Amino acid sequence: MTKPDLSIELTGMGMKNPTILAAGVLGTTGSSLKRVANSGAGAVVTKSIGIEPKPGHPNPTMFKLECGFLNAMGLPNPSYKEFRGELDTAKESGVPVIASVFGAHPDEFSKIIDGLDGADAYELNVSCPHASGYGAVVGTDPLLVEEITRAAKQTANAPVWVKLTPNVTDIVAIGEAAQRGGADAVVAINTVRSMAIDIHSGYPILGNLYGGLSGPAIHPVAVKCVYDLYQALDIPVIGVGGIANYQDAVEMMMAGACAVQIGSAIYDSISVFDDVTMGLSEYLVSHGLVLDDIIGLAHRKVGL
Amino acid sequence: MKPQNAVITEVIHETPTITTLKTDIMLDAAPGQFVMVWVRGLDEVPMALSQPDSITVQRVGEATAALSDMHVGDSIGIRGPFGKGFELEGDRILLIAGGVGSAPLLPLAQLAHAKGVDITVILGARTGDELLFEQQFSKCGRVSVATDDGSKGHHGFVTELMSQFDLTDFDQCYVCGPELMMDRVLDILHSAEMEARSQFSLHRYFKCGIGVCGACTIDPSGLRVCKDGPVVHGNMLINSELGRYHRDATGKKIGH
Repeated sequence: MTKPDLSIELTGMGMKNPTILAAGVLGTTGSSLKRVANSGAGAVVTKSIGIEPKPGHPNPTMFKLECGFLNAMGLPNPSYKEFRGELDTAKESGVPVIASVFGAHPDEFSKIIDGLDGADAYELNVSCPHASGYGAVVGTDPLLVEEITRAAKQTANAPVWVKLTPNVTDIVAIGEAAQRGGADAVVAINTVRSMAIDIHSGYPILGNLYGGLSGPAIHPVAVKCVYDLYQALDIPVIGVGGIANYQDAVEMMMAGACAVQIGSAIYDSISVFDDVTMGLSEYLVSHGLVLDDIIGLAHRKVGL
Repeated sequence: MKPQNAVITEVIHETPTITTLKTDIMLDAAPGQFVMVWVRGLDEVPMALSQPDSITVQRVGEATAALSDMHVGDSIGIRGPFGKGFELEGDRILLIAGGVGSAPLLPLAQLAHAKGVDITVILGARTGDELLFEQQFSKCGRVSVATDDGSKGHHGFVTELMSQFDLTDFDQCYVCGPELMMDRVLDILHSAEMEARSQFSLHRYFKCGIGVCGACTIDPSGLRVCKDGPVVHGNMLINSELGRYHRDATGKKIGH
């Protein structure tokens, strides 16, 4: 039995396998992104980069719960000017490097994309749930998402992906706005707005008081969002949210994801990309399938 | 894990700037592992465990000042122990400690002493008053002291005392102190071809403390100080950013 080909072409970008390092995880430095690439990721997304240096929220910024991880990093980044060198280092890895970008309005997105030219794609962060003036503050307004996407597309010499927040009444409406703006793909989902309180003192634990939930707890939420987006949109959907093993990846793909991003699961091991890829490969062989057969399979099973 | 509530049971003023807080929580930690210490409403900072129930804090910023001013009965939040600690290897070891860098090395010295390991400690500080854990180390092995101002022991740096020993006689060398001290110690150990037999406890700006966010990774290996470290073998640090730069909270490189 031959190993199935797991290489994909995603928004015109070739990848050796469909696993991608999610934004915000191990993406602060070029050498860290290279390390993840060398451990098997098909592509890597940088930490979200903005116009000015930001130290992020005060600690505690992240901790583990039984069901996942709660974080409010606060978009720490050294500014696109300082990050330029890290992007170049990351690109030495040979895998596609996607620059995650955040801004308050369309012009900021354009300026940062221009300053980070050379990325293999751009992921617009209109979905961080806990940064004042950024992220989900802009990503819950369909008109603004459309406008930002259009501005990004006009500037970028590479594909533009739009990462969506689940903290809306209807994620499809935001996905459609991104598509109207010319997005090459949508990425779903960012973290789910959440909070934890220290019962010994009554203090909210996160320095920012509230933040976003990631990890296993949000996987079913992400599957439903991806399922709905796949049904409504013509552009590819990239699935992210609580993927920790090949079974999670297969499920996300059956919901409609053509590739998956992995973030929090690197807590257990950075080799998660290799593990998911090998598991996916064995799954396809044992079921006599190729990747395309499973993408959106759940929709075909129920005749949609 | 959410932070555990730790109530302070004893406050020991070790030096004019360094304070040990003993708590009611006994952690099952390897020497060199750390905890994230939450000063509620203010900040959360990484701290080495100087004993399974104690942290030892130098007053350097807002959070460490708040910790230094705490009293018996006050409480803090503790996450951990996290990271990779020291590995005790061999029968004859050298410990090199500078300033508050003595904190993670003390439990190692105590463990090694209990196992009958021969211990030599080179202990440095800016002044004699600032020497940390000299008495405790003396119970475990031979201690040589260096102070920057010459107020006690050798007038100068710990690196100068290293020349008094044949470093290759030691099975393993353990180092914790200010970055530039550790960088010079690494150079000396490298010259003696001892870098692979040395373990350094590193400091970097930590955010998550659990190896996910990437704020504390070092170049060019991409090692996460909070998860792959904080204790790293010297051979992993040759030609690294150690002694050259670190990154601040934004991720910007700051030269040393």
